[in-house]
Amino acid sequence: MSSVSNPAPSARLVGFLLVLPALAVIVGLFLMPLAISVIGAFRTPDGWGLANFTKSADLYSIDVLYTVGVIGLSTLLIGLLSIAIGGYLTLGENPRAVALLRWLYRWPLFIPFIVVGQMMRTFLAKNGLMNNVLVAAGLMAPLDTVSFLDWRGIVISFVWKQTPLVALLVAGAMASLDRGTIEAARNLGAGRLRILVEIVVPQVMPTLLVGLTLSFVTMMSVLSVPLMVASQSPTVITADIAFRINAYADYGVANALGVISLVITGGVAWFYLRHTMRERL
Amino acid sequence: MARVLSALWWLPRGLVLGLLAFAIFGPIANLVLWAVAEKWYFPHVLPLQYGFSYWAKVFAPRGDALTSLVTSIVVACFVVAVSILLAIPAGYALARLRLPFRSLILLAFLIPQAFPNLTVYVNIARIFYQTGLAGTIPGVVLVHVMHCLVYAVWIATAAFAAIDPELEEAARATGAPPLRAFVDITLPLAMPGLMASAIFVFLESLDEFTGSYFVGAPYVHLMPLQLYTAGAGGNYQIASITALLLLIPSVGFMLVVERALTADVLSRIGR
Repeated sequence: MSSVSNPAPSARLVGFLLVLPALAVIVGLFLMPLAISVIGAFRTPDGWGLANFTKSADLYSIDVLYTVGVIGLSTLLIGLLSIAIGGYLTLGENPRAVALLRWLYRWPLFIPFIVVGQMMRTFLAKNGLMNNVLVAAGLMAPLDTVSFLDWRGIVISFVWKQTPLVALLVAGAMASLDRGTIEAARNLGAGRLRILVEIVVPQVMPTLLVGLTLSFVTMMSVLSVPLMVASQSPTVITADIAFRINAYADYGVANALGVISLVITGGVAWFYLRHTMRERL
Repeated sequence: MARVLSALWWLPRGLVLGLLAFAIFGPIANLVLWAVAEKWYFPHVLPLQYGFSYWAKVFAPRGDALTSLVTSIVVACFVVAVSILLAIPAGYALARLRLPFRSLILLAFLIPQAFPNLTVYVNIARIFYQTGLAGTIPGVVLVHVMHCLVYAVWIATAAFAAIDPELEEAARATGAPPLRAFVDITLPLAMPGLMASAIFVFLESLDEFTGSYFVGAPYVHLMPLQLYTAGAGGNYQIASITALLLLIPSVGFMLVVERALTADVLSRIGR
Protein backbone atom coordinates (compact mmCIF):
# COMPACT_ATOMS: atom_id res chain seq x y z
CA MET A 1 0.00 0.00 0.00
CA SER A 2 2.75 2.41 0.88
CA SER A 3 6.49 2.53 0.75
CA VAL A 4 6.81 4.93 3.67
CA SER A 5 7.01 2.04 6.12
CA ASN A 6 10.36 0.83 7.35
CA PRO A 7 11.64 -2.67 6.56
CA ALA A 8 9.08 -5.27 7.52
CA PRO A 9 9.60 -6.60 11.10
CA SER A 10 10.25 -3.30 12.88
CA ALA A 11 7.50 -1.56 10.88
CA ARG A 12 5.10 -4.23 12.04
CA LEU A 13 6.18 -3.71 15.62
CA VAL A 14 5.80 0.07 15.35
CA GLY A 15 2.40 -0.30 13.73
CA PHE A 16 1.26 -2.71 16.38
CA LEU A 17 2.48 -0.40 19.17
CA LEU A 18 0.57 2.49 17.59
CA VAL A 19 -2.68 0.50 17.54
CA LEU A 20 -2.16 -1.05 20.96
CA PRO A 21 -3.51 1.73 23.24
CA ALA A 22 -6.80 1.97 21.33
CA LEU A 23 -7.11 -1.80 21.19
CA ALA A 24 -6.41 -2.05 24.93
CA VAL A 25 -9.48 0.13 25.63
CA ILE A 26 -11.72 -2.30 23.71
CA VAL A 27 -10.19 -5.37 25.35
CA GLY A 28 -10.16 -3.94 28.87
CA LEU A 29 -13.49 -2.14 28.84
CA PHE A 30 -15.57 -4.36 26.58
CA LEU A 31 -14.22 -7.86 26.04
CA MET A 32 -13.17 -8.36 29.66
CA PRO A 33 -16.49 -7.22 31.20
CA LEU A 34 -18.28 -9.29 28.54
CA ALA A 35 -16.32 -12.37 29.61
CA ILE A 36 -17.01 -11.58 33.26
CA SER A 37 -20.73 -11.28 32.54
CA VAL A 38 -20.84 -14.61 30.71
CA ILE A 39 -18.89 -16.34 33.49
CA GLY A 40 -21.01 -14.59 36.12
CA ALA A 41 -24.17 -16.00 34.56
CA PHE A 42 -23.07 -19.50 35.59
CA ARG A 43 -21.92 -18.53 39.08
CA THR A 44 -24.42 -19.10 41.87
CA PRO A 45 -24.09 -18.81 45.67
CA ASP A 46 -23.62 -22.62 45.78
CA GLY A 47 -20.89 -22.74 43.13
CA TRP A 48 -21.25 -23.23 39.38
CA GLY A 49 -24.62 -24.10 37.95
CA LEU A 50 -27.62 -23.12 35.89
CA ALA A 51 -29.67 -21.71 38.78
CA ASN A 52 -29.56 -18.18 37.30
CA PHE A 53 -30.98 -19.48 34.03
CA THR A 54 -33.80 -21.46 35.63
CA LYS A 55 -34.71 -18.41 37.69
CA SER A 56 -34.60 -16.22 34.55
CA ALA A 57 -36.82 -18.72 32.74
CA ASP A 58 -39.32 -18.74 35.64
CA LEU A 59 -39.49 -14.97 35.92
CA TYR A 60 -38.83 -13.69 32.42
CA SER A 61 -39.62 -16.30 29.75
CA ILE A 62 -42.62 -14.20 28.65
CA ASP A 63 -40.41 -11.12 28.48
CA VAL A 64 -37.87 -12.97 26.32
CA LEU A 65 -40.60 -13.94 23.84
CA TYR A 66 -41.98 -10.38 24.02
CA THR A 67 -38.50 -8.99 23.23
CA VAL A 68 -38.09 -11.27 20.22
CA GLY A 69 -41.60 -10.35 19.03
CA VAL A 70 -41.26 -6.58 19.47
CA ILE A 71 -37.76 -6.32 18.00
CA GLY A 72 -38.49 -8.86 15.26
CA LEU A 73 -41.59 -6.91 14.19
CA SER A 74 -39.62 -3.64 14.31
CA THR A 75 -36.88 -5.16 12.14
CA LEU A 76 -39.45 -6.39 9.62
CA LEU A 77 -41.13 -2.98 9.40
CA ILE A 78 -37.77 -1.20 9.12
CA GLY A 79 -36.87 -3.53 6.23
CA LEU A 80 -40.16 -2.93 4.38
CA LEU A 81 -40.06 0.84 4.85
CA SER A 82 -36.40 1.02 3.79
CA ILE A 83 -37.17 -0.87 0.60
CA ALA A 84 -40.12 1.44 -0.07
CA ILE A 85 -38.07 4.60 0.53
CA GLY A 86 -35.00 3.36 -1.34
CA GLY A 87 -37.19 2.05 -4.14
CA TYR A 88 -38.98 5.35 -4.62
CA LEU A 89 -35.71 7.28 -4.52
CA THR A 90 -34.31 4.99 -7.23
CA LEU A 91 -37.36 4.41 -9.44
CA GLY A 92 -39.48 7.47 -8.73
CA GLU A 93 -40.33 9.38 -11.88
CA ASN A 94 -41.19 12.75 -10.40
CA PRO A 95 -37.97 14.58 -9.53
CA ARG A 96 -39.73 16.97 -7.15
CA ALA A 97 -41.36 14.18 -5.14
CA VAL A 98 -38.03 12.29 -5.04
CA ALA A 99 -36.20 15.38 -3.77
CA LEU A 100 -38.88 15.96 -1.15
CA LEU A 101 -38.66 12.37 0.09
CA ARG A 102 -34.86 12.52 0.15
CA TRP A 103 -35.03 15.64 2.32
CA LEU A 104 -37.78 14.23 4.54
CA TYR A 105 -36.78 10.71 5.49
CA ARG A 106 -33.38 11.44 7.06
CA TRP A 107 -34.48 13.66 9.95
CA PRO A 108 -34.49 11.02 12.71
CA LEU A 109 -31.00 9.78 11.72
CA PHE A 110 -28.96 11.53 14.42
CA ILE A 111 -31.70 12.04 17.00
CA PRO A 112 -30.63 10.14 20.13
CA PHE A 113 -32.78 7.29 21.47
CA ILE A 114 -33.34 9.11 24.75
CA VAL A 115 -34.87 12.08 22.88
CA VAL A 116 -36.96 9.70 20.76
CA GLY A 117 -38.24 8.17 24.00
CA GLN A 118 -39.30 11.56 25.37
CA MET A 119 -40.93 12.60 22.07
CA MET A 120 -42.90 9.39 21.72
CA ARG A 121 -43.98 9.40 25.34
CA THR A 122 -45.80 12.67 24.73
CA PHE A 123 -46.78 12.10 21.08
CA LEU A 124 -48.35 8.64 21.48
CA ALA A 125 -50.07 9.21 24.82
CA LYS A 126 -53.85 9.03 25.13
CA ASN A 127 -54.02 12.83 25.00
CA GLY A 128 -50.86 13.27 22.96
CA LEU A 129 -50.52 15.28 19.78
CA MET A 130 -51.22 12.28 17.52
CA ASN A 131 -54.66 11.59 18.98
CA ASN A 132 -55.36 15.31 19.32
CA VAL A 133 -54.75 15.85 15.62
CA LEU A 134 -56.84 12.80 14.65
CA VAL A 135 -59.70 14.09 16.82
CA ALA A 136 -59.38 17.65 15.54
CA ALA A 137 -59.42 16.35 11.96
CA GLY A 138 -62.66 14.55 12.73
CA LEU A 139 -61.16 11.11 12.08
CA MET A 140 -61.75 9.92 15.62
CA ALA A 141 -64.12 10.61 18.50
CA PRO A 142 -62.45 11.99 21.65
CA LEU A 143 -63.65 8.99 23.67
CA ASP A 144 -62.20 6.44 21.24
CA THR A 145 -58.61 7.55 21.71
CA VAL A 146 -56.24 4.97 23.14
CA SER A 147 -52.72 5.28 24.43
CA PHE A 148 -50.06 3.66 22.25
CA LEU A 149 -47.61 3.49 25.14
CA ASP A 150 -47.20 -0.29 25.16
CA TRP A 151 -45.53 -2.69 22.70
CA ARG A 152 -46.81 -0.51 19.87
CA GLY A 153 -45.01 2.50 21.31
CA ILE A 154 -41.71 0.60 21.44
CA VAL A 155 -42.15 -0.64 17.85
CA ILE A 156 -43.08 2.85 16.58
CA SER A 157 -40.10 4.45 18.38
CA PHE A 158 -37.65 1.85 17.05
CA VAL A 159 -38.97 2.04 13.48
CA TRP A 160 -38.99 5.85 13.59
CA LYS A 161 -35.38 6.00 14.75
CA GLN A 162 -33.81 3.10 12.83
CA THR A 163 -35.47 3.29 9.38
CA PRO A 164 -33.44 6.29 8.11
CA LEU A 165 -30.11 4.54 8.68
CA VAL A 166 -31.15 1.33 6.89
CA ALA A 167 -32.91 3.31 4.16
CA LEU A 168 -29.75 5.39 3.68
CA LEU A 169 -27.67 2.22 3.22
CA VAL A 170 -30.26 0.58 0.96
CA ALA A 171 -30.78 3.71 -1.15
CA GLY A 172 -26.99 3.99 -1.56
CA ALA A 173 -26.77 0.39 -2.74
CA MET A 174 -29.72 0.87 -5.11
CA ALA A 175 -28.16 4.02 -6.57
CA SER A 176 -25.00 2.14 -7.48
CA LEU A 177 -26.87 -0.63 -9.33
CA ASP A 178 -26.48 -1.01 -13.07
CA ARG A 179 -29.30 1.08 -14.59
CA GLY A 180 -29.17 -1.04 -17.77
CA THR A 181 -31.19 -3.98 -16.45
CA ILE A 182 -33.75 -1.63 -14.90
CA GLU A 183 -34.18 0.29 -18.16
CA ALA A 184 -34.37 -2.98 -20.13
CA ALA A 185 -37.12 -4.31 -17.87
CA ARG A 186 -38.95 -1.00 -18.13
CA ASN A 187 -38.74 -1.11 -21.92
CA LEU A 188 -40.24 -4.59 -21.85
CA GLY A 189 -43.22 -3.09 -20.04
CA ALA A 190 -42.52 -4.24 -16.48
CA GLY A 191 -44.23 -2.12 -13.80
CA ARG A 192 -42.17 -0.27 -11.22
CA LEU A 193 -43.33 -2.48 -8.36
CA ARG A 194 -42.31 -5.58 -10.28
CA ILE A 195 -38.91 -4.10 -11.13
CA LEU A 196 -38.41 -3.26 -7.46
CA VAL A 197 -39.35 -6.71 -6.16
CA GLU A 198 -37.78 -8.85 -8.88
CA ILE A 199 -34.71 -6.90 -9.96
CA VAL A 200 -33.69 -4.23 -7.45
CA VAL A 201 -34.36 -5.84 -4.05
CA PRO A 202 -32.54 -9.15 -4.76
CA GLN A 203 -29.43 -7.19 -5.75
CA VAL A 204 -29.36 -5.01 -2.63
CA MET A 205 -30.23 -7.91 -0.28
CA PRO A 206 -26.69 -8.12 1.21
CA THR A 207 -26.74 -4.40 2.16
CA LEU A 208 -30.31 -4.66 3.48
CA LEU A 209 -29.39 -7.64 5.67
CA VAL A 210 -26.28 -5.93 7.07
CA GLY A 211 -28.37 -2.87 7.94
CA LEU A 212 -31.13 -4.93 9.54
CA THR A 213 -28.67 -7.07 11.54
CA LEU A 214 -26.95 -3.95 12.90
CA SER A 215 -30.35 -2.44 13.71
CA PHE A 216 -31.44 -5.61 15.49
CA VAL A 217 -28.35 -5.57 17.72
CA THR A 218 -28.79 -1.85 18.44
CA MET A 219 -32.41 -2.37 19.46
CA MET A 220 -31.42 -5.31 21.68
CA SER A 221 -29.13 -2.89 23.59
CA VAL A 222 -31.41 0.14 23.96
CA LEU A 223 -32.54 0.79 27.51
CA SER A 224 -33.94 4.33 27.37
CA VAL A 225 -36.84 3.76 24.94
CA PRO A 226 -38.46 0.82 26.80
CA LEU A 227 -37.94 2.58 30.14
CA MET A 228 -39.60 5.75 28.90
CA VAL A 229 -42.27 4.46 26.51
CA ALA A 230 -43.49 1.23 28.11
CA SER A 231 -41.90 -0.10 31.26
CA GLN A 232 -44.93 -1.99 32.59
CA SER A 233 -44.89 -5.79 32.42
CA PRO A 234 -44.28 -7.49 30.04
CA THR A 235 -41.29 -5.53 28.86
CA VAL A 236 -38.06 -6.10 26.95
CA ILE A 237 -34.97 -7.83 28.37
CA THR A 238 -32.94 -4.61 28.73
CA ALA A 239 -35.51 -3.13 31.13
CA ASP A 240 -35.52 -6.41 33.10
CA ILE A 241 -31.73 -6.34 33.43
CA ALA A 242 -31.81 -2.75 34.72
CA PHE A 243 -34.60 -3.69 37.18
CA ARG A 244 -32.67 -6.76 38.43
CA ILE A 245 -29.62 -4.57 39.16
CA ASN A 246 -31.39 -1.51 40.58
CA ALA A 247 -33.95 -3.32 42.73
CA TYR A 248 -32.08 -6.44 43.89
CA ALA A 249 -28.41 -6.02 42.88
CA ASP A 250 -28.96 -9.49 41.42
CA TYR A 251 -25.99 -9.80 39.09
CA GLY A 252 -26.50 -13.53 38.54
CA VAL A 253 -29.91 -13.22 36.87
CA ALA A 254 -28.91 -9.97 35.11
CA ASN A 255 -25.90 -11.73 33.59
CA ALA A 256 -28.02 -14.75 32.64
CA LEU A 257 -30.47 -12.41 30.85
CA GLY A 258 -27.44 -10.83 29.14
CA VAL A 259 -26.32 -14.25 27.92
CA ILE A 260 -29.86 -14.94 26.66
CA SER A 261 -29.83 -11.71 24.62
CA LEU A 262 -26.35 -12.64 23.34
CA VAL A 263 -27.74 -16.01 22.20
CA ILE A 264 -30.68 -14.30 20.44
CA THR A 265 -28.36 -11.89 18.57
CA GLY A 266 -26.00 -14.79 17.89
CA GLY A 267 -28.93 -16.60 16.28
CA VAL A 268 -29.68 -13.61 14.08
CA ALA A 269 -26.00 -13.25 13.15
CA TRP A 270 -25.86 -16.96 12.30
CA PHE A 271 -28.95 -16.64 10.10
CA TYR A 272 -27.34 -13.66 8.36
CA LEU A 273 -24.00 -15.44 7.84
CA ARG A 274 -25.70 -18.59 6.53
CA HIS A 275 -27.68 -16.51 4.07
CA THR A 276 -24.67 -14.57 2.79
CA MET A 277 -22.59 -17.76 2.55
CA ARG A 278 -25.28 -19.42 0.46
CA GLU A 279 -25.39 -16.34 -1.76
CA ARG A 280 -21.67 -16.61 -2.39
CA LEU A 281 -21.58 -20.36 -3.06
CA MET B 1 -55.01 15.02 -20.88
CA ALA B 2 -51.54 13.74 -20.02
CA ARG B 3 -50.93 16.88 -18.00
CA VAL B 4 -54.14 16.40 -16.02
CA LEU B 5 -53.20 12.78 -15.36
CA SER B 6 -49.75 13.70 -14.11
CA ALA B 7 -51.28 16.40 -11.92
CA LEU B 8 -53.69 13.82 -10.53
CA TRP B 9 -50.71 11.68 -9.49
CA TRP B 10 -49.94 14.34 -6.89
CA LEU B 11 -53.02 13.21 -4.93
CA PRO B 12 -51.66 9.83 -3.75
CA ARG B 13 -48.11 11.20 -3.75
CA GLY B 14 -49.08 14.18 -1.62
CA LEU B 15 -51.11 11.95 0.72
CA VAL B 16 -48.20 9.55 1.31
CA LEU B 17 -45.61 12.32 1.64
CA GLY B 18 -47.96 14.24 3.95
CA LEU B 19 -48.47 11.21 6.18
CA LEU B 20 -44.72 10.63 6.26
CA ALA B 21 -44.13 14.28 7.13
CA PHE B 22 -46.68 14.02 9.95
CA ALA B 23 -45.05 10.80 11.23
CA ILE B 24 -41.60 12.43 11.19
CA PHE B 25 -42.37 15.97 12.33
CA GLY B 26 -45.34 15.16 14.60
CA PRO B 27 -43.21 13.82 17.47
CA ILE B 28 -40.68 16.63 16.98
CA ALA B 29 -43.49 19.21 17.01
CA ASN B 30 -44.91 17.69 20.20
CA LEU B 31 -41.50 18.06 21.84
CA VAL B 32 -41.14 21.68 20.76
CA LEU B 33 -44.67 22.48 21.97
CA TRP B 34 -43.93 20.97 25.40
CA ALA B 35 -40.74 23.02 25.58
CA VAL B 36 -42.69 26.30 25.28
CA ALA B 37 -45.93 25.26 27.01
CA GLU B 38 -46.72 26.93 30.30
CA LYS B 39 -50.10 25.21 30.71
CA TRP B 40 -51.30 22.20 28.73
CA TYR B 41 -53.82 19.63 29.84
CA PHE B 42 -56.51 17.35 28.50
CA PRO B 43 -58.64 17.85 26.42
CA HIS B 44 -56.88 20.82 24.81
CA VAL B 45 -55.29 20.10 21.45
CA LEU B 46 -52.67 22.82 21.86
CA PRO B 47 -51.11 24.42 24.96
CA LEU B 48 -53.30 26.97 26.73
CA GLN B 49 -50.46 29.33 27.48
CA TYR B 50 -47.01 29.70 25.99
CA GLY B 51 -43.91 31.08 27.66
CA PHE B 52 -40.32 30.60 28.60
CA SER B 53 -40.50 30.37 32.39
CA TYR B 54 -39.27 26.74 32.28
CA TRP B 55 -36.33 27.83 30.13
CA ALA B 56 -35.45 30.30 32.86
CA LYS B 57 -35.60 27.40 35.32
CA VAL B 58 -33.34 25.24 33.13
CA PHE B 59 -30.79 28.00 32.75
CA ALA B 60 -31.00 29.20 36.35
CA PRO B 61 -27.47 29.42 37.77
CA ARG B 62 -26.58 26.34 39.83
CA GLY B 63 -29.81 24.63 38.72
CA ASP B 64 -29.76 20.87 38.02
CA ALA B 65 -30.29 21.33 34.31
CA LEU B 66 -27.54 23.86 33.74
CA THR B 67 -25.12 21.77 35.82
CA SER B 68 -25.94 18.73 33.71
CA LEU B 69 -25.41 20.73 30.51
CA VAL B 70 -21.97 21.88 31.69
CA THR B 71 -20.99 18.41 32.94
CA SER B 72 -22.12 16.83 29.65
CA ILE B 73 -20.03 19.25 27.60
CA VAL B 74 -16.97 18.80 29.85
CA VAL B 75 -17.27 14.99 29.61
CA ALA B 76 -17.77 15.13 25.82
CA CYS B 77 -14.67 17.33 25.40
CA PHE B 78 -12.54 14.91 27.43
CA VAL B 79 -13.97 11.99 25.42
CA VAL B 80 -13.08 13.75 22.16
CA ALA B 81 -9.53 14.49 23.38
CA VAL B 82 -8.86 10.93 24.57
CA SER B 83 -10.51 9.28 21.54
CA ILE B 84 -8.62 11.40 19.02
CA LEU B 85 -5.32 10.91 20.83
CA LEU B 86 -5.90 7.15 20.63
CA ALA B 87 -7.26 7.28 17.08
CA ILE B 88 -4.46 9.30 15.43
CA PRO B 89 -1.69 6.70 15.94
CA ALA B 90 -4.09 3.80 15.44
CA GLY B 91 -5.61 5.30 12.29
CA TYR B 92 -2.20 6.15 10.86
CA ALA B 93 -0.91 2.63 11.48
CA LEU B 94 -4.05 1.03 10.03
CA ALA B 95 -3.95 3.25 6.95
CA ARG B 96 -0.23 3.34 6.20
CA LEU B 97 1.68 0.51 7.82
CA ARG B 98 1.31 -3.10 6.80
CA LEU B 99 -0.24 -4.60 9.88
CA PRO B 100 -0.89 -8.31 10.29
CA PHE B 101 -4.61 -9.05 10.89
CA ARG B 102 -5.45 -5.49 9.80
CA SER B 103 -9.11 -6.14 9.02
CA LEU B 104 -9.55 -8.09 12.26
CA ILE B 105 -8.16 -5.14 14.24
CA LEU B 106 -10.55 -2.77 12.42
CA LEU B 107 -13.45 -5.10 13.23
CA ALA B 108 -12.41 -5.22 16.90
CA PHE B 109 -13.43 -1.57 17.28
CA LEU B 110 -16.92 -2.43 16.02
CA ILE B 111 -17.41 -5.09 18.73
CA PRO B 112 -19.02 -2.71 21.27
CA GLN B 113 -21.75 -1.93 18.71
CA ALA B 114 -22.13 -5.53 17.53
CA PHE B 115 -23.06 -7.18 20.83
CA PRO B 116 -25.93 -6.38 23.17
CA ASN B 117 -23.95 -4.24 25.59
CA LEU B 118 -26.19 -3.70 28.61
CA THR B 119 -24.64 -6.39 30.83
CA VAL B 120 -21.20 -5.15 29.80
CA TYR B 121 -22.02 -1.71 31.26
CA VAL B 122 -23.45 -3.37 34.37
CA ASN B 123 -20.21 -5.30 34.90
CA ILE B 124 -17.98 -2.30 34.13
CA ALA B 125 -19.93 -0.40 36.79
CA ARG B 126 -19.27 -3.23 39.24
CA ILE B 127 -15.53 -3.23 38.47
CA PHE B 128 -15.49 0.57 38.72
CA TYR B 129 -17.13 0.44 42.15
CA GLN B 130 -14.24 -1.66 43.39
CA THR B 131 -11.62 0.64 41.88
CA GLY B 132 -13.32 3.89 42.90
CA LEU B 133 -13.98 4.98 39.30
CA ALA B 134 -17.76 4.64 39.54
CA GLY B 135 -19.57 7.93 39.84
CA THR B 136 -16.51 9.91 38.73
CA ILE B 137 -15.91 11.90 35.54
CA PRO B 138 -12.84 9.81 34.51
CA GLY B 139 -14.96 6.65 34.85
CA VAL B 140 -17.71 8.04 32.61
CA VAL B 141 -15.12 9.36 30.11
CA LEU B 142 -13.53 5.89 29.87
CA VAL B 143 -16.89 4.21 29.20
CA HIS B 144 -17.78 6.79 26.55
CA VAL B 145 -14.37 6.43 24.88
CA MET B 146 -14.88 2.68 24.58
CA HIS B 147 -18.28 3.25 23.00
CA CYS B 148 -17.09 6.02 20.62
CA LEU B 149 -13.77 4.55 19.52
CA VAL B 150 -15.21 2.89 16.43
CA TYR B 151 -16.13 6.31 14.94
CA ALA B 152 -12.81 7.86 15.92
CA VAL B 153 -10.62 5.04 14.60
CA TRP B 154 -12.60 4.20 11.46
CA ILE B 155 -12.91 7.80 10.30
CA ALA B 156 -9.27 8.60 11.19
CA THR B 157 -8.13 5.53 9.25
CA ALA B 158 -10.17 6.62 6.24
CA ALA B 159 -8.83 10.19 6.53
CA PHE B 160 -5.19 9.03 6.55
CA ALA B 161 -5.83 6.54 3.74
CA ALA B 162 -7.20 9.35 1.55
CA ILE B 163 -3.88 11.25 1.67
CA ASP B 164 -1.25 10.59 -0.97
CA PRO B 165 1.69 8.87 0.83
CA GLU B 166 4.15 10.41 -1.62
CA LEU B 167 3.77 13.82 0.03
CA GLU B 168 5.19 12.47 3.27
CA GLU B 169 7.87 10.53 1.38
CA ALA B 170 8.95 13.71 -0.34
CA ALA B 171 9.34 15.48 3.00
CA ARG B 172 11.39 12.62 4.35
CA ALA B 173 13.52 12.52 1.22
CA THR B 174 14.57 16.08 2.00
CA GLY B 175 15.81 14.86 5.37
CA ALA B 176 12.86 15.55 7.70
CA PRO B 177 12.62 13.04 10.54
CA PRO B 178 9.51 10.76 10.39
CA LEU B 179 7.66 12.47 13.25
CA ARG B 180 8.38 15.89 11.75
CA ALA B 181 7.13 14.81 8.33
CA PHE B 182 3.98 13.44 9.95
CA VAL B 183 3.25 16.57 12.00
CA ASP B 184 4.07 19.02 9.19
CA ILE B 185 2.58 17.26 6.18
CA THR B 186 0.20 14.38 6.92
CA LEU B 187 -1.55 15.64 10.06
CA PRO B 188 -2.71 18.97 8.56
CA LEU B 189 -3.99 17.18 5.47
CA ALA B 190 -5.94 14.71 7.62
CA MET B 191 -7.41 17.49 9.77
CA PRO B 192 -10.84 17.81 8.03
CA GLY B 193 -11.44 14.07 8.45
CA LEU B 194 -10.21 14.16 12.05
CA MET B 195 -12.55 17.09 12.76
CA ALA B 196 -15.46 15.07 11.37
CA SER B 197 -14.58 12.13 13.61
CA ALA B 198 -14.29 14.52 16.57
CA ILE B 199 -17.83 15.82 15.88
CA PHE B 200 -19.16 12.25 15.67
CA VAL B 201 -17.49 11.37 18.97
CA PHE B 202 -18.73 14.55 20.65
CA LEU B 203 -22.35 13.82 19.64
CA GLU B 204 -22.14 10.15 20.64
CA SER B 205 -20.80 11.11 24.05
CA LEU B 206 -23.42 13.83 24.51
CA ASP B 207 -26.24 11.37 23.72
CA GLU B 208 -24.95 8.28 25.50
CA PHE B 209 -27.44 7.06 28.11
CA THR B 210 -26.89 3.45 29.18
CA GLY B 211 -23.25 3.72 30.23
CA SER B 212 -23.84 7.02 32.03
CA TYR B 213 -26.89 5.52 33.77
CA PHE B 214 -24.94 2.63 35.28
CA VAL B 215 -21.48 4.13 35.74
CA GLY B 216 -22.13 7.85 36.30
CA ALA B 217 -25.47 8.15 38.12
CA PRO B 218 -26.21 9.70 40.48
CA TYR B 219 -22.94 11.57 41.04
CA VAL B 220 -22.08 12.52 37.46
CA HIS B 221 -25.29 14.18 36.33
CA LEU B 222 -25.32 14.25 32.53
CA MET B 223 -27.99 15.69 30.24
CA PRO B 224 -29.56 12.37 29.17
CA LEU B 225 -29.90 11.46 32.86
CA GLN B 226 -31.43 14.87 33.57
CA LEU B 227 -33.90 14.28 30.73
CA TYR B 228 -34.73 10.82 32.08
CA THR B 229 -35.27 11.89 35.70
CA ALA B 230 -37.27 15.00 34.71
CA GLY B 231 -39.48 12.90 32.42
CA ALA B 232 -39.91 10.14 35.00
CA GLY B 233 -40.98 12.80 37.52
CA GLY B 234 -43.68 14.00 35.11
CA ASN B 235 -41.94 17.31 34.45
CA TYR B 236 -42.42 17.26 30.70
CA GLN B 237 -41.36 20.88 30.18
CA ILE B 238 -37.90 20.39 31.69
CA ALA B 239 -37.54 17.02 29.95
CA SER B 240 -38.54 18.49 26.58
CA ILE B 241 -36.21 21.49 26.91
CA THR B 242 -33.32 19.16 27.76
CA ALA B 243 -34.25 16.93 24.82
CA LEU B 244 -34.37 19.96 22.54
CA LEU B 245 -30.90 21.04 23.68
CA LEU B 246 -29.64 17.53 22.80
CA LEU B 247 -31.49 17.65 19.50
CA ILE B 248 -30.05 20.90 18.12
CA PRO B 249 -26.44 19.71 17.62
CA SER B 250 -27.65 16.34 16.29
CA VAL B 251 -29.93 17.78 13.62
CA GLY B 252 -27.40 20.49 12.83
CA PHE B 253 -24.81 17.84 12.19
CA MET B 254 -27.18 15.81 10.01
CA LEU B 255 -27.61 18.83 7.77
CA VAL B 256 -23.86 19.35 7.29
CA VAL B 257 -22.59 15.73 7.52
CA GLU B 258 -22.04 15.53 3.77
CA ARG B 259 -19.85 18.61 3.85
CA ALA B 260 -17.92 17.41 6.92
CA LEU B 261 -17.23 13.99 5.44
CA THR B 262 -16.05 14.27 1.83
CA ALA B 263 -16.89 11.42 -0.52
CA ASP B 264 -13.16 10.69 -0.74
CA VAL B 265 -13.02 9.87 2.99
CA LEU B 266 -16.55 8.46 3.18
CA SER B 267 -15.83 5.76 0.60
CA ARG B 268 -12.85 4.52 2.63
CA ILE B 269 -14.59 4.12 6.00
CA GLY B 270 -14.38 0.58 7.33
CA ARG B 271 -11.85 -0.53 4.73
